[in-house]
Parts: sequence; C-alpha cells; structure tokens
Amino acid sequence: MRRLGARRERGWAAAILGALALLAFLPLAVQRDDVLNFVFVTLLSITLAQSWNVVAGYAGQVNLGHAAFFGLGALTARTLWIGGTPLAPALAAGALVATAFALLIGVAAFRLRGAYFAIGTLALGEILRTTVSNVLPEISTLPTAAIATYRLSQRYYLALALAALSVVAVALLSASRLGLGMQALREDEEAAEAAGVGALRLKLTALALSTALAGLAGGLFAYYHISYYPSHAFSPSWTFDALLMTFIGGVGTLHGPVLGAVLYVFLKEYLALRWVDFHLLIFGALFVVIVLLLPGGLVQAAARARRLLAR
Amino acid sequence: MSVLAQQLLLGLLIGGLYGLAAAGLSLVFGVLKVLNVAHGELIMLGGYGTFWLVTLLGLDPFASLALVLPLALAGGLALYWALFGFVVRADEETRVKNSLLIGFGLALALHALAVRLWTADERAVVTPYGGAVLGVGGLSIPLVRLLSLALAFALIAALHLLLRHWRWGKAIRATAEDWQAALLAGIDVRRAYLLAFAIGTGLAGAAGTLVSIGYSISPSIGLEWTLKALIVVVLAGLGSMLGTFVSGLFLGVAEAVSAAAFGGPYREVAGLVIFVLVLVLRPRGLFGR
Repeated sequence: MRRLGARRERGWAAAILGALALLAFLPLAVQRDDVLNFVFVTLLSITLAQSWNVVAGYAGQVNLGHAAFFGLGALTARTLWIGGTPLAPALAAGALVATAFALLIGVAAFRLRGAYFAIGTLALGEILRTTVSNVLPEISTLPTAAIATYRLSQRYYLALALAALSVVAVALLSASRLGLGMQALREDEEAAEAAGVGALRLKLTALALSTALAGLAGGLFAYYHISYYPSHAFSPSWTFDALLMTFIGGVGTLHGPVLGAVLYVFLKEYLALRWVDFHLLIFGALFVVIVLLLPGGLVQAAARARRLLAR
Repeated sequence: MSVLAQQLLLGLLIGGLYGLAAAGLSLVFGVLKVLNVAHGELIMLGGYGTFWLVTLLGLDPFASLALVLPLALAGGLALYWALFGFVVRADEETRVKNSLLIGFGLALALHALAVRLWTADERAVVTPYGGAVLGVGGLSIPLVRLLSLALAFALIAALHLLLRHWRWGKAIRATAEDWQAALLAGIDVRRAYLLAFAIGTGLAGAAGTLVSIGYSISPSIGLEWTLKALIVVVLAGLGSMLGTFVSGLFLGVAEAVSAAAFGGPYREVAGLVIFVLVLVLRPRGLFGR
C-alpha cells in the first residue's frame, strides 16, 4: 500500500513539475499582463498552500498563525531589498527571519495540542499583525527608480521557481524518513513516541521547513507589489487562504494543495467576474458544501471515484 | 488618577460583554468539542438584528433582546441541522479541523451577506437616553453600558442556573464531561449537542444586541469578537460559566490597563499576550475543571 502510494506520488510530482516547466514558456507565448498576473497569483498560492501543508498536513499541527511567517518574510525581504540588498540574499534573509521566529515560539507553542495549538497560533499571528500595524502604519511604496525598471516577467519566473521549489521540497519530504515520522506523529502521537519518534524535534523540523517556504512566499509578495500596507502581509486571510486551498485539494498529500490552489484561485476569479456583488457569499457557501460532502478534498473524491470504477 | 479609574471602569463595562460573548463559545466548544470560528459573525448578526428592529419597527433596543434571543436560538437550531450536526459525527480531532473549515467558510459567507444587506459602514443604535451618564464620586458611568453589563450578568447567571438545575442542563454537562458515559447512562447526546449549540448561538445573538447598543457594529467585527471570546474561553477554562464572566471582566480591565500604560493601539496586544501566556503556562485556564 505504502509503496503503491509512493509510486503514485512520484508520478504526481513529475506531472506537476512538467506543468510548471511548460508555464515557463507562457511569457514568450502570451504578452498579456492580466494572464501573467493571474498565473502569478496561482503560483504564489501554490507555494503558500504547500508551505502550510508541511506543518498541518504532514505533521498534523493546524497552525493558524501562518500569516505571521508570510508577513515576516515580506517585511524583511522588502526592507532589505529597498535598502539596496540584492534580491536573492534579501529573500533568503526573509525566510531565515521567519524560521528563526518559528523556532523561538515553537517550543512554547508545541506544548499545546489540537484545538489549543490552533487558537494559540491564531493569537500569535494577531499579536504580530497588530504590532506591525501600530509600528508601521504607513504604506510601503517602491522607490521611483525601481518602479521604472519593474518587469512583470521577472516576478513571474521567481514565482514559478518558488512553486517548483515547494513541490520538490514536499516530494522529498514525503518520501523521506523524516516525512514518515511526521505522518506517524499526525496519526497517533503517543504511539509514534513509543516507536521512537522524537515528537518535539519532528514538529519543530516541520515548522521550520513550513515557515521557511512561507517566508519565501512572503518575500515574493513583497517583490511583486508596488505598494501595500506592511500589516496587510500579516492579515489572517493568508492563513485562511492557505488552509482553504489545502483542504479543498487534499491535506497531507503532495498534489492536493496544488490542485486546491488552482481551483481556489480560478473559482474565486470566476465568481468575482460572474457575480460581482455576491461572489464571496457564493464562495463561502460553496466551500462549506465542499467540506461537508468531501471532507478529504478533491484527492479523496478522486480516490473514491477510482474505487467505484474498479469495482 | 481619576482618568485611570475612568478607563478601568470602562474596561470593566466592556469586559461583561466579553464574558457574554465567550459564554456561548465556551458552551459549544466544551460540549460539542467543535470550535466555531464564525461565533463573532453570529454576534455581528445579532447586532444587526437589533439595528433592524430599532430602525424599521421603532423598538426599544433593550426590548429587542426579547426578539433577538429567540431568533438567534432558532438560527442556532438551523445551523446545527444544516452544518454542525454533520461535524459532530467525526472523532474529536477531525471535528476540530472540520469545524474550523466550516467556520471559516461560514464567516466568509456571513460577512459578505452582511455587507450586502447593511453596507460596510459602522453603525450604532441611537436611543434618546443613550447619552445619559451616572456620576459617582468623580467617575461618569454611561447608563446604557451599565445596563448592558447587568443584562450580560443576568444572562450568564441564568445559563449557570439552567446548566445546574434543568434536566437537559445536567445532560449537557454530563455530555461535556464524557459523552460516552453520558450515552451509556441513557442521555440523548445528539439532543444535548443540539441544545448546547442553540443556546450558544442564542447567547451570541444577545451579545450582539448589547454590542450594538453601547458600542458599534460593522460587518467586519466578527474576527475581532471571535478572538476576544477565544481569549476569555482560554483564560477561564471550560466548564464554569461564572468563571467565564469573571475572566471577561478581567480581560476588559487588562486591556484598559495596557491602553493606559502603552497607548491605545496596544490594548489588543496586551490581551493576546496574556492569552498566550495563560495558554502555555496553565492550559486548563484559571477556572477550568
């Protein structure tokens, strides 16, 4: 069973990376900014959802403060980049700050279990958001020189690279001893500990990987936008988006968050165009229905359909 | 000195509403083991219920409570039948995750609905006696807020008595403690879930009414009130409604102190920091069983 699942997972990884490779030719074929912006948002969403999937899907820790790490990555990368640091080190520093903060609070936060971990991290995220909006109330705008040289395609390729990175990272993780340990932890923490899995160390590893990816996604966001309020990157909606996309697709799988992110972004855009005023109402209701009818997301629905056909 | 005392008093007054907002959430979380993150949106809807009754029918806002409370109870029944009744069939860990998901979806939909119905403007219910102030020893107590605090306490005390003496109240408490044992003892656990959820929603509606009278409402207050309620639930721990009320007062005062010490924008941060500390150091809460 396990081996079969692993082979299928490799197939998915290859398919997703192949699709991403094809997307690399898109800016050559299509000159329209709206198309590139749409794909950019999808790619950013894939990275964000996949980063949340590591800690919540594989290690089973529902982190509701994910926006904090996205925000820290954005804040650090933006500040350094505007200050004159080249982009790559600025992005790396953003990921590093997010991870360092995660490890700092992780030891305390992982004393909490289940729902208490969820609401504890939600509160941590809100603490950061409120503090940032108090300390940095002013909008952050790129200097005119940077706006003059702004190229959408550069942002696009960075988003593509990060989405591919997040998929590769999760693919490697899920095949590794580390990933298996995390999944054991998710299924039954006591049993996993009894079998020699170091729970706290694994949870911290999952959180570090997850927040490093989230920090990179934040950096990408900071690189993409010409102006935004610094506290916007800390908004809980980043957490909720990541959570919704991951669950719509299928939590704890490699391809679930990718499919979920694509469907989520597409559906939201489509509904917004079709029903301008009611789209969030329909979207929220639709989401509730998906959770009720397909608790395991698209991935589980597909598996169920396969089993029905095989019968 | 008197400025600080005045701020503490205002903190105490809003703290009563924090307690009431948390009581409903605490009941639902404690009994169903379901975390309804749309609780703040239910409070928001209760507030708009009062806003409509006052502006369209010309009702007195406090009297509107007599309509909002039963309407919210009925809304709670409907929500349970349509959504949360499916969630409680899963085991406890799945319940928390699924309820988070459904809660977020619901919050999104209710927020969008409220923007459609009442626009995104901030609103408050205006009454002829709204500006009345009671002067006591240099302090001025806004009358409507004092009355709101008293009503909040009355509702929580009533809930406390219901849970203690009513037949189904005891069943709800037994279910909260150990639903399998309750089932074996012949308690209809599903019915207890239904009642607890309806009562929780009813209390959210009532809290919304009181918020709209003494303070203001807008479609986006939901998350803020959910967070306040969560903080108070964690401070108090599960299982004690009077403890929840006291913790609400405590949070209100703590916010007032921190606003006085670090400036207004930081009043929220203090509450959240206290919350995280209590969560980590004493996860069962101050009054938890």
